[in-house]
Amino acid sequence: MSQGFHLVVCGSIVPDPLQTLEPIQGAEGPALKNEMMLPAVLDPWAGHALYEAAHLAAATPDSKVWLVSLGPRAKLQQLMMTIAPKAAFELVALDGPAGGFTEAWETAEALAECIKTIPGLDRSRLLLFGGCASASRDAGVTMQMVGERLEISDQFLAVDELTPQENGTIRILERIEAGRYQVSECAGPPLVAAWATGRLPEPPNNAQLGMQNMRSIMPALQKAQPARVGAEGVEFLEVEVPKQRRNTRVVEDASVDEMAREIVEWIRK
Amino acid sequence: MSPDGPRMKRGRESMTTAKTQTEKMALRALPGDEVRQILWRFADRYDLQMAVQAVRALARGPVARMVADGARNSHEWTDEKAALLNEFDASGLTALGMDPEFGGYVEGPKNLALALAAFELSWVDGGSATSAMATNLALGPIHERGTPEQQKTYMSRCVPPQPGEKRTIWRGAFALTEPLPYVGVNTRVLSGGVRVAKWKEGEEPLLQVEKRGRFITNMAFANFVTAAVDSDDERIKGSCMIILHEDDPGVFDRGAPTRKLVHQLSSTNDPIFSLKVPASRIVGGFKVRDGVLVPNYDHAEIIAAVFRRTRVTVGLMTAAKLLSAVEPIIRYQRGRYRGGKTIEPGSAFHELGLQQKEDVLHRLVDIWASGEASAALGFAAARLFDEFDPIEKHKDKVFEERGLKGRAQLKELKKLEKPALEYIELAATPAAKRDAKRFEELEADRLVQFMVQDAVANVLCPAVKLWNTGQGTNMMREAVSLMGGYGITEDCPGFIGQKWMDAQLEATYEGPEAVQRRQLAITMTQPVFLAHFRQWIAEMRRVAGRRPGTGACTVASAMELWLWTLRHLSEAEDADGTPLYRDKRQGVTFPMADALCWLLASRQQILDLLELERRGPENEALAEGLPGYVRFFTDLCHVQAARAAGEVGRLCSELVFGYNRHPSWEAEGASCYQADELEPLDGFIPGIAACARSFTDVVEADGSHPQKAGPCVCFTGMEAFTSMRRKLDGCLTGARMAKDRAARDLTQVMIPEVPDYPT
Ligand SMILES: Cc1cc2nc3c(=O)[nH]c(=O)nc-3n(C[C@H](O)[C@H](O)[C@H](O)COP(=O)(O)OP(=O)(O)OC[C@H]3O[C@@H](n4cnc5c(N)ncnc54)[C@H](O)[C@@H]3O)c2cc1C
Repeated sequence: MSQGFHLVVCGSIVPDPLQTLEPIQGAEGPALKNEMMLPAVLDPWAGHALYEAAHLAAATPDSKVWLVSLGPRAKLQQLMMTIAPKAAFELVALDGPAGGFTEAWETAEALAECIKTIPGLDRSRLLLFGGCASASRDAGVTMQMVGERLEISDQFLAVDELTPQENGTIRILERIEAGRYQVSECAGPPLVAAWATGRLPEPPNNAQLGMQNMRSIMPALQKAQPARVGAEGVEFLEVEVPKQRRNTRVVEDASVDEMAREIVEWIRK
Repeated sequence: MSPDGPRMKRGRESMTTAKTQTEKMALRALPGDEVRQILWRFADRYDLQMAVQAVRALARGPVARMVADGARNSHEWTDEKAALLNEFDASGLTALGMDPEFGGYVEGPKNLALALAAFELSWVDGGSATSAMATNLALGPIHERGTPEQQKTYMSRCVPPQPGEKRTIWRGAFALTEPLPYVGVNTRVLSGGVRVAKWKEGEEPLLQVEKRGRFITNMAFANFVTAAVDSDDERIKGSCMIILHEDDPGVFDRGAPTRKLVHQLSSTNDPIFSLKVPASRIVGGFKVRDGVLVPNYDHAEIIAAVFRRTRVTVGLMTAAKLLSAVEPIIRYQRGRYRGGKTIEPGSAFHELGLQQKEDVLHRLVDIWASGEASAALGFAAARLFDEFDPIEKHKDKVFEERGLKGRAQLKELKKLEKPALEYIELAATPAAKRDAKRFEELEADRLVQFMVQDAVANVLCPAVKLWNTGQGTNMMREAVSLMGGYGITEDCPGFIGQKWMDAQLEATYEGPEAVQRRQLAITMTQPVFLAHFRQWIAEMRRVAGRRPGTGACTVASAMELWLWTLRHLSEAEDADGTPLYRDKRQGVTFPMADALCWLLASRQQILDLLELERRGPENEALAEGLPGYVRFFTDLCHVQAARAAGEVGRLCSELVFGYNRHPSWEAEGASCYQADELEPLDGFIPGIAACARSFTDVVEADGSHPQKAGPCVCFTGMEAFTSMRRKLDGCLTGARMAKDRAARDLTQVMIPEVPDYPT
């Protein structure tokens, strides 16, 4: 291939799932209790997208990764301390709320507008990556809407594998129902890939890489533009955190068949 | 204004405003990274923030899983434990202590970096921290005094290979301690010896090293050992540290694993070495003078330079344990009765559980306050050493150029004492009032600055090691007891029982408490340190003026009492006429060292609080929670200050009065009235005879006297002390109110739904 990819990954923070997440009615609508005080992590699906992007960029000469993040600036900065040593990327930050109560439409608008202004980004080489969903609000529509605004019509959702072929096309595996994959072959960039889990583990830490990334991350955070996103006109009738249900029974010496039968019965219920 | 004034005003306030205000000032969530980075001053150090995250992932991931799986239940160094070393390498931890020129990634001194890493590991398991730090300890002598070639060789070998590089990483062990009856606390009774094996004219001498080690960390796998040995040959002068390789000719017997009860994720063995090594392995090199090989540095000098840094790290390992205990204890307390048949959700039993009881809350406040104070003190010391490292290197260079060593160096340093004292005085004078030129001159003089900082470093390092680990272990016992029976089992969430035991090792290795007290007994009496100390008293009073609820005034009063006592003990004699503050009288010097540590920790905790207040508003993520954090930490400071004042008061009183002989009824001129002296007086001052009996001791005509040890002690000459002591008692005002407030926070603070590491 003569030219590498320009990979833009959309991803931001979500509250650490181990924390107590308690919806409350804040001054500007629903919010999570003490959300700004709680530790945040990289939205897991966006994380898969980022690591896949970094891997692809490392394997494809002349490629580059941008991570476009819309979130509270101070929280983004904290997040960078964890992900900067894991993947080579340039951060483009937008300062705004990233909680579960923003409207995907508004977020997509802000992200698309921001991507359009990335200096040096060649949109004909663009692979637009993101998560197929978000852990804070499983809307599952943001990436499609960002893609539409950037006029990218080749969109792939719930991607687990993306392989550039010798002939310049790209082979993509998307999750479909019944635990099967849909295999597509796309002529090439630009395309949107909203990732499911991908195939890569979380990359090991590379402190040197982290230091290198931080050189561009800090200025990016400093010049992060405020993004007006929220949920204008939306009325929340009820909010609740999905309840984790766990019925543990300790049974010794159960056969595999017995266990399987019980699981099937439980699912049928 | 009527006494009801303020109350009435409050009464008029709307309920909602009052409630919002209270909520705003309450501790809402456990302090996270944003708070810690400000308190411990690494908010601007992204390299360190990244290191913290990387080490935390390692600690709460693979390390925690290993502990939960029972890897601590063996003395042997297993494959499973060995896999941890690769995890250290992969996380960047192994290279954290190295300079960039040798493959590291943190520029400049790394005391704070290593302290933070040890803190994160010990949050889960102290043994993993010991394991991770042991190669740094082995490299310590080389880092501090090694020749440039030695530094390059060993530092770069101990950095994990870069991708594509074919090389096995080296790990080291530090061998000072020897089997009984040799080196332990007393590091000078070395039995390890070095002789000349072969020395051909004009060639490098070949040395024969005999060394046995006891309790040597990393020994199951170390590729090299830095060993302390003494000359066993008249052709070698004094002692030295020498580097041994696993493949040197001779015996490199790793020895049996120590059957230790703690820190099981580290390897400890009793090795035996009998090896031939070239003389170039002497740490720091040597000279040949009149046919005698003279090492450039003796072992005592090297280990002093090494330990003064690594001991701070150990202190932080215990601090981490205390702070890590808070969340599991709160979770246990709240959930204690949940699930019971009669316990309805929403009831106090369900929501608060044990937290309905004041005592468990108060004890947890004490644990938390001690944890904050020891972390504050430890990180302050680590930062000081980061600042101090280049200054000390400069001093070493200047003195080396001038050929000044040993006593000659001390003499030269003594000359710098006066300008150092002058500098401290000027630094405390308002800029407008001091001689600016002289101040700048002294500030630019790096030798003077060495004296100024050295005096503090010499106190802070042993103070951290002594107080954080010793008092920390005591407080860990409290933590264990708050978890009930669980506390003392392997299943205790947060591994609190194991941490209690681990803390005791931290109080022992790298110099037990006695070593630290011995050092403090000398360094805390140095004029330059005491000059700092006097300024710190004034500083605490100023802080108290601005921030009355912090306990700063209490700390200042206790500092004054300590200073008075030190001066008194230095001049006073006991009832037998033997001087008190002397090297041999550890009964006097050691408690004074202990008392000082309480003060230093409390002071630093208050200074950190001020930093949070100052810099907190810069972090947007803190905007919402800051008032609550500041209020809660203020109360913790107050609680700790009161505890410190109590300890200092108790120790000082015991020392000031404890060496006097109690007045007895029999003694001539006993300080009491005789009944027959009082009777005539009654004629002039009616009622005096009766009155005297209720205020003082009266010996009746028949020789009988009140039933007690003797006439009460008379305070003549001690008025200054007693008035300070009385004042200090008064300074405790409000401390228990602060404790009550902090305790209330513990019932409301939000904690994570589940722990972030398996237990
Ligand atoms: C798990 C573990 C790992 C270790 N790792 C290493 C290592 O890697 N390298 C290494 O060289 N060593 C290591 N050590 C050894 C450790 O540093 C020593 O055990 C420690 O310094 C104490 O020496 P000792 O055990 O001989 O105690 P002793 O010297 O016998 O002292 C015992 C006690 O006697 C009292 N005492 C002794 N002398 C005095 C005095 N002058 N004044 C007042 N009181 C006194 C104190 O209460 C002291 O605690 C390790 C130890 C352990 C347990």
